[in-house]
Amino acid sequence: MAGFRSTSGGVSARFSAAEAQLLRDLVAQIAELVGPDPAAAAGAEGPGGAGETPGTQAPGSPDDLAGMLGALDGPASPPDDPVLARLLPDAYRDDPEAAGDFRRYTEEGLRSEKAEAARQVLGTLPERGGRVRLSEEQGQVWARSLNDVRLALGVRLGITEDFEDQLAGIGADDPRQPYFRLYDWLTYLQESLVRALW
Amino acid sequence: MSVAPVEIERPETGQDTVADSPWVTIVWNDPVNLMSYVTYVFQRVFGYPRRKAERLMLDVHHKGRAVVSSGTRESMERDAQVLHGYGLWATVGHDR
Repeated sequence: MAGFRSTSGGVSARFSAAEAQLLRDLVAQIAELVGPDPAAAAGAEGPGGAGETPGTQAPGSPDDLAGMLGALDGPASPPDDPVLARLLPDAYRDDPEAAGDFRRYTEEGLRSEKAEAARQVLGTLPERGGRVRLSEEQGQVWARSLNDVRLALGVRLGITEDFEDQLAGIGADDPRQPYFRLYDWLTYLQESLVRALW
Repeated sequence: MSVAPVEIERPETGQDTVADSPWVTIVWNDPVNLMSYVTYVFQRVFGYPRRKAERLMLDVHHKGRAVVSSGTRESMERDAQVLHGYGLWATVGHDR
């Protein structure tokens, strides 16, 4: 593929069916990963697991209740998964209490923002590929979503500043090799998108 | 790693405590975010001209971090929140 280029109304790029499916799969994984925190959705107050608690006092749909609790009081500690911890970072470096407060009020919003960006990519990238035409706003959403995919993959692969050396040092028979190539392609794609948006 | 960016020399007043120093948003270096993307985000989020955005990006890249905005604690938390939306590694703190 030739990457993104500027058009009169925004940006555009052409994807093969294989490229489109690959990218859709990765973006969908991000949407799933950042989806509502299972711990918060299950009712964070109950240490024994909300599923076993009989008879909540308030009437109404448990789904609505869980959503409301999540919005009012999100998690205070960073996610255990290093990928999620990178996508949803602490906002205070040396102040766990302030970091916890910030997270309680913002994490759910950040999760849904990233999930929404992923959904917009899925909504504008046809499964069969072809030419994708995006407005500048949509292109900006794509840039954020592609970046989330690269951040996630970067953590999983242990990407460092010396990516080129890492890539060169990996043999063709190394099982990680396809993933490093994939990361390289995503980098190229995002770079072309940013330059097309400028 | 955490080399502080160049600061303007201020006369000693004896009141330069942590509480008096302004709140800032700091962006930290990471191996994934592209230099072009970080510059683009600084331009878009803060409305900085390209030269200033590039200078800040280079500070992040070479010094490991850069102060990208300053103001009230609330507005710095908003900035950090927006930058997290773009995938940048941003924190709120004091410029020391």
